[in-house]
Amino acid sequence: MASSDVARQPDKGARPLSLAGHVGFDSLPDQLVNKSISQGFCFNILCIGETGIGKSTLMDTLFNTNFENFESSHFEPQVKLRAQTYDLQESNVRLRLTVVNTVGFGDQMNKQESYQPVVDYIDKQFETYLQEELKIKRSLHNYHDSRVHACLYFISPSGHSLKSLDLVTMKKLDSKVNIIPVIAKADTISKSELHKFKIKIMSELVSNGVQIYQFPLDDETVAKVNTTMNGHLPFAVVGSTEEVCVGNKMVKARQYPWGVVQVENEHHCDFVKLREMLICVNMEDLREQTHTRHYELYRRCKLEEMGFKDTDPECKPVSLQQTYEAKRQEFLAELQKREDEMRQVFVQRVKEKEAELKEAERELQGRFEQLKRLHAEEKAALEEKKRLLDIDLTSFGNRKTAAALLQPPGFTVNGKKDKDRKNSGFM
Amino acid sequence: MSESAKPHHPSPQGKGEKSHGGDFSYVGIDAILEQMRRKAMKQGFELNLMVVGQSGLGKSTLMNTLFKSKVSRNKSVQSNPEERIPKTVEIKSISHDIEEKGVRMKLTVIDTPGFGDQINNENCWQPIMKFINDQYEAYLQEEININRKKRIPDSRVHCCIYFIPPTGHCLRPLDVEFMRRLSKVVNIVPVIAKADTLTLEERDSFKQTIREELRANGIDVYPQKEFDEDAEDRMINDKIREMIPFAVVGSDQEYQVNGKRLLGRKTKWGTIEVENIAHCEFAYLRDLLIRTHMQNIKDITGSIHYETYRVRRLNESNGKIHPINHVPL
Repeated sequence: MASSDVARQPDKGARPLSLAGHVGFDSLPDQLVNKSISQGFCFNILCIGETGIGKSTLMDTLFNTNFENFESSHFEPQVKLRAQTYDLQESNVRLRLTVVNTVGFGDQMNKQESYQPVVDYIDKQFETYLQEELKIKRSLHNYHDSRVHACLYFISPSGHSLKSLDLVTMKKLDSKVNIIPVIAKADTISKSELHKFKIKIMSELVSNGVQIYQFPLDDETVAKVNTTMNGHLPFAVVGSTEEVCVGNKMVKARQYPWGVVQVENEHHCDFVKLREMLICVNMEDLREQTHTRHYELYRRCKLEEMGFKDTDPECKPVSLQQTYEAKRQEFLAELQKREDEMRQVFVQRVKEKEAELKEAERELQGRFEQLKRLHAEEKAALEEKKRLLDIDLTSFGNRKTAAALLQPPGFTVNGKKDKDRKNSGFM
Repeated sequence: MSESAKPHHPSPQGKGEKSHGGDFSYVGIDAILEQMRRKAMKQGFELNLMVVGQSGLGKSTLMNTLFKSKVSRNKSVQSNPEERIPKTVEIKSISHDIEEKGVRMKLTVIDTPGFGDQINNENCWQPIMKFINDQYEAYLQEEININRKKRIPDSRVHCCIYFIPPTGHCLRPLDVEFMRRLSKVVNIVPVIAKADTLTLEERDSFKQTIREELRANGIDVYPQKEFDEDAEDRMINDKIREMIPFAVVGSDQEYQVNGKRLLGRKTKWGTIEVENIAHCEFAYLRDLLIRTHMQNIKDITGSIHYETYRVRRLNESNGKIHPINHVPL
């Protein structure tokens, strides 16, 4: 996957001209560099590898600092990604470095979905950038670019071949990110085994169609060194931040009872090659490949997925505007339809409720009438009874006066005679 | 997926000395500057300059002097007098590939014959505005394509050099109108043309008047005050702002002065050396445009003027070009 950044050809219509003196625009690259210095750079590395394979140690060794990291457990239920951002400075260059580590990769029993969180993370970074680029008011020059520029894939040093997890993951990632495979913990493999291992890995990658990142060959100044390095892929690295005294110097190394593996010794491991290729020679190219190849591919797929095309079925160029207009009408029509539906449902419900209420009201009215009638009836009956009682009372009163008139005068004092009178009066 | 983006500030133990092998405190981050330089040299640069001014003010000569080669053909060479003054403002754009010390540049000079030459000069800036906006539009269309080119060809006008005739009095209404409208869409660098007709005192008072008039009319010429990035920038740009408009003299002929061959204009009373700062301010203009501020001019065009155009264009079609903002993903 050599970078195909073509040198600009002189455009048609631009006549070449020779200058008669010193104009001074040879300072343009310097002006450009100065601007970049004041802006700062950013670089994002993704490290994929099994737990305990030495990702964090290698990052520490590469950048000669102590990044904040802690050992992860082997019992993660799912693969997660942990991203940390650091501001580094060397002489006058400021670098904002983001290191993304996978946590729990290769630890699960079922590794079928292991690659998915990684792919999702990379896509999410592309998506954020795409959103920013498509905004109306955007600020691209201030934007902190979080897209993954390089992916270091750590191969475990079994000495045999790639694991199927490795192949599957790399195949999923090769069109999204620049993959640089490295053999981790290379001090466990002997030189001859390493040579065979490297050949086996490269042939497996080729036969499975995995496109790893090839160092660019089009710039003469670095073409030679890049070609040699391409032949040394994958790099066998050893990471260490501990220093051991060798000879009379302190070097970064790992001390074993049988000897000392020096990290920066080219005979011992390929660490120096990796550092040179990743940082000193090709960092800018990695960033450019990410932007011009991987990001453009993502953008193209995303926009096509949403239905935008550059040309319609008759192969006439369709502006984004027309497609958008069509989509917008469609969307608005859909909205309108839904609104109408909802309105209808609402009206229906209101009607139903109204009918119910009317019914209830009528019922109540009926009951009221009934009660009123009952009340009137009872009142009438009561009146009737009262009238009868009155009649009885008056007739009794009449009879009493009549009886009092009929009584002889002597009978009123004597009790006996009264009794007789009483008895005779009431019969 | 847990993310923690706390920027830390660990620095590599031992600041980088540029020695390889043995010095392990050197990481090599600053090698990216070299990489950038290489990439820029390989890609080459593009610069689009527009010259605006009445005919006869020495626009073509100044371009030739700036770039030390025949970038514009001199109008007086044309033999046909009827063709000399166009009826409307035309836009003529000529491109050249020039190279210096390995740096390749595609220079496009956009000439505007007919500007200010008619009797009725109303709206003579319109073709120019339209041209500038057309370039922005072309770039915008390229940018929103699905299949984009690897490098979008940049035809946007980076800088417009406006030639003020050396009347010595003040700006004419045409000048004010033009600069007022165009300073909003493009970087304008006003220059006083044919400055050898003004004495030094006249020149200074003319410049003072012009600066005051620009300020009074709210015209922001390059370098714009609001785009100064930090105190250092402001200091440098303030010095430049004290000197604009530059009083320039152009010439593409060499004469012998004091034993050296210099570009100049020879008259009966002496030879005006173009590159002598005691004679005229051509050297300052050249330094500003080419040697120090060229990248800055291109940046302001790209990130401010172009973005303003883009915002306006997208808003006026009510976001019609923008799918992401309105259509649910």
